[in-house]
Amino acid sequence: MSKFAKKKDGELPAVSTASLPDIVFMLLFFFMTVTVMKDSSLKVENNLPNADQIKKLEKKDRVIYIYVGKPTPEFAGKFGTEPKIQLNDKFAGPSEVGDYILMERAKKSQDLQNVLTTSLKVDKNANMGLISDIKQELREVNALKVNYTTVNGDAFSNLQ
Amino acid sequence: MSSREEMPKVNAGSMADIAFLLLIFFLVTTSIETDVGLNRMLAKESKTPPLPINQRNILPILINDEDKLMVNGEIIPINELKEMAIAFLDNGGVAVNNANYCNYCQGKRDEFSSDNPQKAIISLMSSRETSYGVYVTVQNELVAAYTALRNREAQRLYGIDFTAMEEDYSSESTSFESKAILKQRIKQIQALYPLQLSEAERKQNQ
Repeated sequence: MSKFAKKKDGELPAVSTASLPDIVFMLLFFFMTVTVMKDSSLKVENNLPNADQIKKLEKKDRVIYIYVGKPTPEFAGKFGTEPKIQLNDKFAGPSEVGDYILMERAKKSQDLQNVLTTSLKVDKNANMGLISDIKQELREVNALKVNYTTVNGDAFSNLQ
Repeated sequence: MSSREEMPKVNAGSMADIAFLLLIFFLVTTSIETDVGLNRMLAKESKTPPLPINQRNILPILINDEDKLMVNGEIIPINELKEMAIAFLDNGGVAVNNANYCNYCQGKRDEFSSDNPQKAIISLMSSRETSYGVYVTVQNELVAAYTALRNREAQRLYGIDFTAMEEDYSSESTSFESKAILKQRIKQIQALYPLQLSEAERKQNQ
């Protein structure tokens, strides 16, 4: 009798929140492992073009980034509005690309030096003259593997 | 005495708040997406002049300053480019009794177009004022043409898309043995339609 009577009294027991930190830590570790730190802050506009025939660019340690685009408004006063190349954290001319690639390549470990990819993150409004200059520089230092980095999407939307 | 021996418990209620704070910090400062894009090999620097190539084996694509596209001497809208590239690559114009005859091509076999896919070269020339967005779209369409042809051959030979084979090859769950078979098949399909794309800047005097 008393067994049944007992259950009826009192309010609901509070849900224990003792395991909440564990759950949040689990989430935290998940995000720490699957994400990467944003490395360099962009000083150029970088609206990447769309494409749908794309390949993933995996293994971040094998990639060298080159950014191209118009300087953002805060730098436009100093550097003008023509598309510029950004290497690491500073603006550069096309002739500095070769040295930059060689420098970055020397930083990588020996076994990776031959498998590096150059990721060209170019604003879709930039013009091909600058890109041709970069490509010529890359050929001169024998960095032939190039990735035109894009956003997954309909390629025809670039045309407007 | 007994009360002194008991250690006071540290309140762990704020632990969750601290962990949330850390979590939000990492969410803000990191990015999850991996970069995607079009992979391309640049041509090697060479001092020797290139060998002469028969004009019919080249599909010249020019993009001018106003982002207009000219293929084979005629101005076309960009959405017709893929069809034109496929027609050119899949032409197989060499006669049946020739050693270079392309027995899997399904094109028109026009003798004024490419001999076979191994010889067909697409030459992409852009001028300095061409916008990068248009250039990427053209590159994308050309890759799409190759992928369409490779998919067709992979379907015919193995009953599976070429893109699906590539996906299986790079997936972690595929076993070592099947990867070896896949690699050989992928190489075979790539040899049927090798990607031969020459990108050059248009000279001012041309």
